[in-house]
Amino acid sequence: MTKFFTLLGREVKSFFYSPVAYVVMCAFLFLTGCSFYISVLLLNRGPTDFTVVQAFFNTILFWISYLLVFPLITMRSFSEEFKMGTVESLMTAPVKDWQVVIAKWLGCVIFYCILWIPTACYFWVFGWATKAEAAHAPGAYAGSYLLLLLMGMFYCAVGCFASVLTKNQIVAGVISLVMILVLLFAGLLQFVMSDVSGSMRDAFGYFSAIDHMEGFSKGIIDSRPIAWYLTMTTLMLVLTYQVFQTRKWKT
Amino acid sequence: MIKVENLTKKYAGFTAINNITFEVGKGEIVGFLGPNGAGKSTTMRILSSFMPATSGRASIAGYDVFEKSLEARTHLGYMPENVPLYTDMRVTEYLVYRAELKGVRGRRLKERVGDVKELCGLKEVENRIVGTLSKGFRQRVGLADALVHEPDLLILDEPTIGLDPNQIRQVRELIKNLGKHHTILLSTHILPEVEATCSRVIIINRGRIEASDTPDNLRRQLRGAGGIRLEANTGKEDGVVELQKIAGVKDVTVQEDGEWKLFLVRADANADLREEVFRLAADRKWRVRELSQRGATLEDVFVEMTHAE
Repeated sequence: MTKFFTLLGREVKSFFYSPVAYVVMCAFLFLTGCSFYISVLLLNRGPTDFTVVQAFFNTILFWISYLLVFPLITMRSFSEEFKMGTVESLMTAPVKDWQVVIAKWLGCVIFYCILWIPTACYFWVFGWATKAEAAHAPGAYAGSYLLLLLMGMFYCAVGCFASVLTKNQIVAGVISLVMILVLLFAGLLQFVMSDVSGSMRDAFGYFSAIDHMEGFSKGIIDSRPIAWYLTMTTLMLVLTYQVFQTRKWKT
Repeated sequence: MIKVENLTKKYAGFTAINNITFEVGKGEIVGFLGPNGAGKSTTMRILSSFMPATSGRASIAGYDVFEKSLEARTHLGYMPENVPLYTDMRVTEYLVYRAELKGVRGRRLKERVGDVKELCGLKEVENRIVGTLSKGFRQRVGLADALVHEPDLLILDEPTIGLDPNQIRQVRELIKNLGKHHTILLSTHILPEVEATCSRVIIINRGRIEASDTPDNLRRQLRGAGGIRLEANTGKEDGVVELQKIAGVKDVTVQEDGEWKLFLVRADANADLREEVFRLAADRKWRVRELSQRGATLEDVFVEMTHAE
């Protein structure tokens, strides 16, 4: 287990060795900051039937910045090891394959969580400045951040899977972006497919990230998305592990 | 320490190593020689559990590298070809990370990292970022990494490639010293290095083992290997006729340079005729200004065994 934490420590630290992490953090904070500003503007227009949490997590700007961040975080995880050849020193040390896979994935998830910490200040500032009752909505906060964590776990696993497929970071980034966008658009299909049955539409709605966020940011913690994200994360990690092992069978 | 039986590795379309069998005993320093693409790195990668073989068995310190891979790796210090390192870490930080991965803990961790830095001459660069180091220092970081958990066995894939002559000498000295406490298998193209460091040589060509013996024995086995160089003034005598009478002489060639003659006496394998030649020259009162044994070099052996037919 100590070996696992050594691997994990190296993964998390490696983000901060390169300037990429800081650029990603700044860009992400800028975009989420804009998103927050827009949601406050919306609320300023007059009485609404949604809270600041709902407004913040359901803007288009939020989704764009949100989905772009995963390829950036995950694309180097395995690809760089393959390209630099460091996978050889890594895998000839007495560590197990699954330890490496989980450490790399969890490293990405931890960095992703670090990205989100500053956004908690937005709501704190909002509550302090407006002294509005509605700002104190622990359910909505808990729901939103729980969903963020679940989605982060899943999308990081998707990104790691893309990264384990190739030694080229750019290719890995493109693969994961496409996979994430396909998942997002599949969730949107329910709005454009008018000629299919209701159950088909429900099926697509079941994995729509946007739908999930709409519910969770109201504070409605639904067990179905939780099950969906946990099982899909496990599936992606198992796939990553399998691909990582076959890598050893080639040159 | 290393036991390899009938090991074969096939890639799509070609066989990298073909049914090789060898052993390396405790305390040996074995040089693994062969032309590029002969299968050296493939063999080493299989031994380090980086990739599995197509068939056959291999074990390190009694642990099968396929079935007991983790234990085998614990007993092994492996330095891959071209020494891949995390270029974004600092030297000490990297060594601590590697030591932890290999299960070195607590006070021993600090001791070991300090020791290998000392041993490999990394003290002066301990706080530098690995990516900014010269090739020679990177090589030493790789070696320090291989040594940090005090493995019984070291496998070094081309440890001196890309180094300048001074650095090669330093690394060679280091390896020689390590050989006192470790078993070492190293691959290289630099033959004088093998002659200087290794107690045994395995020559591999096209995936097969061509020879496995001490460097001295290999040189002796080479056809027409032993030869004597004699430069003498024989006066009125011919020289060649007299030399050919010595038992064990195969043939004699001569080059004349004024009154001095340079004889090249080729002997049968395993014969050292220097004393006989000296006695002959003394009896005949030849004036001698050079008498030396010209042995076949390991390079001769290597070329003989691995040149394309």
